Amino acid sequence: MQRIGVFVCWCGSNIAGTVDVQKVSEALAKEPGVVHSVNYQYMCSQAGQEMIKNAIKEHKLTGIVVCSCSPRMHEATFRKTAQAAGINPYMVEIANIREQCSWIHKDMAEGTEKAIVLGRTAIAKVQLNAPLKPGESPVTKRALVIGGGIAGIQTALDIADAGFEVDIVETKPTIGGKMAQLDKTFPTLDCAACILTPKMVDVAQHEKIKIYSYSEVESVKGFVGNFEVTIKKKARFVKEDVCTGCGLCTEKCPQKKVPNEFNLGMDNRRAIYIPFAQAVPKVATIDANYCTMLKTGKCGVCSKVCTAKAIDYTQKDEFITEKYGAIVAATGFNPISMDKFDEFAYSQSKDVITSLEFERLMNAAGPTAGKLVRPSDGVHPHKIVFVQCVGSRCSSCAEKGKEYCSKICCMYTAKHAMLTRDKYPDTDVTVFYIDVRTPGKQFDEFYRRAVEDYGVHYIKGMVGKVSPEGNKLIVQGSDLIANKQLKIEADLVVLAAAIEPDKSARPLATMLTASMDTNDFFTEAHPKLRPVESPTAGIFLSGACQGPKDIPETVSQAGAAAAKVIGLLAKDKLVGNPCVAHSDEMMCNGCSSCEKVCPYGAITYENKEFRGPNRTTLIRRVAQVNEAVCQGCGCCTVACPSGAMDLKGFASKQIMAEVDAICK
Amino acid sequence: MENKNNLRDEIIRRSGVNPSKCMKCGKCSGTCPAYDEMEYHPHQFVYMVETGDIEPLLNSKSIYRCLTCFACVDRCPRGVEPAKLVEAVRLSVIRQQGNNHLKADDIPELLDEDLPQQAIVSAFRKYTK
Repeated sequence: MQRIGVFVCWCGSNIAGTVDVQKVSEALAKEPGVVHSVNYQYMCSQAGQEMIKNAIKEHKLTGIVVCSCSPRMHEATFRKTAQAAGINPYMVEIANIREQCSWIHKDMAEGTEKAIVLGRTAIAKVQLNAPLKPGESPVTKRALVIGGGIAGIQTALDIADAGFEVDIVETKPTIGGKMAQLDKTFPTLDCAACILTPKMVDVAQHEKIKIYSYSEVESVKGFVGNFEVTIKKKARFVKEDVCTGCGLCTEKCPQKKVPNEFNLGMDNRRAIYIPFAQAVPKVATIDANYCTMLKTGKCGVCSKVCTAKAIDYTQKDEFITEKYGAIVAATGFNPISMDKFDEFAYSQSKDVITSLEFERLMNAAGPTAGKLVRPSDGVHPHKIVFVQCVGSRCSSCAEKGKEYCSKICCMYTAKHAMLTRDKYPDTDVTVFYIDVRTPGKQFDEFYRRAVEDYGVHYIKGMVGKVSPEGNKLIVQGSDLIANKQLKIEADLVVLAAAIEPDKSARPLATMLTASMDTNDFFTEAHPKLRPVESPTAGIFLSGACQGPKDIPETVSQAGAAAAKVIGLLAKDKLVGNPCVAHSDEMMCNGCSSCEKVCPYGAITYENKEFRGPNRTTLIRRVAQVNEAVCQGCGCCTVACPSGAMDLKGFASKQIMAEVDAICK
Repeated sequence: MENKNNLRDEIIRRSGVNPSKCMKCGKCSGTCPAYDEMEYHPHQFVYMVETGDIEPLLNSKSIYRCLTCFACVDRCPRGVEPAKLVEAVRLSVIRQQGNNHLKADDIPELLDEDLPQQAIVSAFRKYTK
């Protein structure tokens, strides 16, 4: 029989305002097994904790029930208190009489009655509690960063600088991500490549960082501190360690008609290519969809011209399995497809482009070598219209677009407008906006400079339609301040397309068992206080995969994620949760139901010898739980048809005792 | 004041439109092909219903200039459906005019399956005046 102590907390007036705490402690004192019951103003205070410790010693308590706030608040506090007084921390139960009682009730009598029931429930459970001891698991001191854009680069550099090994997995042939495609960056207008490429080189040269380029995460097993990840290195048909990146093959390849994705299809590349001059690793890649040699077996020009003998047409996809202690998702974003926005004539006219395409047009390394010309005829445009919020801020009932504000468009549109006016003063620039949102250091000043110093026309209103007429584009939109409908003849229309998470994020989240919101952005463990951690232990978030972000914010978050990873990797051992599943071998019938439902792969089967009737030996297949992997979710206990599976600390018997106590 | 609110609530109820969803981007008015013929433009229509300023709408020719082409409904990023508000205001006027309804017997031969039903109905309300 347990000797139970009950401690009812007032939480100032938080609980005592709607619950008669005196009545609760008196009522609970009469419950079987309770030898001591008190109430106090703040149980979590130093004095309150001392009160518990003293009572444990004085009354030789074996079980503790604290009627207070949510266990998420102070369960750990009271467990430590109990441990300090010499009893097992798992002999403490919390009855939540604040969040689930006093805060939601207004009537004192009702609140008090419910608090008594909740207290009685916890007492019934603690009667059946048994001491538990948490296991320990080691930490693999290596991190995996998924995505090699500015977010992944910064996270990897920060982790590596702290002395831990980091691997970056990047699906493209080079790291650099979206930032490598940009021209200048707001609000200081430094060139993106000038500030990004040194970081890319740092990554390449860092002895602690390994880059898996042109690679994807294939599968993830394990748990915090002990992930096992299989990485697929896609065949690039070029020996990475032999290729010198001289680029001769990319000049000689006869297949010239491959749309260049780095320039968003605005020009062509060869079938063997290096995405851009500063690529890291600077290694050629053969695009198997276009290579004549790989498709027909006749060509081999690249192999002939390669002095380093790096071409290998027989290369196969390679699978590498590696262990990691922590994983950072940094999968980034993409502009949304303009397919559903017919009104802007994106698919009808080459001169209607997205803002990312405009970046490439303005970029000295872009398809026009930085000369701003119309994609259709190569003529310099004299009138450009920018349209903001294309696909952003759409209602969920509008059937297209995203509900959120994409956050970066106001600033990059101001930048585009300003750069255009700076380089081509003869070009007239109009921006249609709904609201100009520029919170950020030096951001609003930047936008005002575009208007006041560079003469960009900002019109409050949205464009209703764009219609190509001859070699012009007729932009029809409203000017809400003048209360007019405008028809502007433009040479070029630039759409600030909404951004969305990369398509690889959803399947990755499934592999990582990390949660996502309805827009496929990764969810953080707490939106304010734990913004760079996923609710899944050991998974961290960096950059736009968590929500729209500009470069300064991405870099800050990347550093924050790295700090969290370093904090984890610096530990030698992780203390596990002892509330894990275990199977009663005598009851297990080996049906595999539990194995199938386990989301963590914690259950395996073993053939074991048992004593049978008449001194015979039986071999039976029984379930075994890996306690280090088990997260205590309880799926198996529900799936088990024979009742062999049970959860320590949340045994079926304990739950039933709680239900009985409520229904009494 | 009470009458004004009653009228607004009636228009909102009849149209099924929630004008407070409007974010005032002006895309409806940027789209509207009958813009120049309307005294009150689609975005003003939504705003005036939202603020209960309905009297001027009832007396405006604008409600007969709307083509019910539904371009504003299609393009609105917030799903506000301004054309339905115009229709509801028009209906308020027509309902007060007495025997001016379309006869049920006349409808079948007028139906064209390519046209939104609301467009047919509203067109006849306009032209039978």
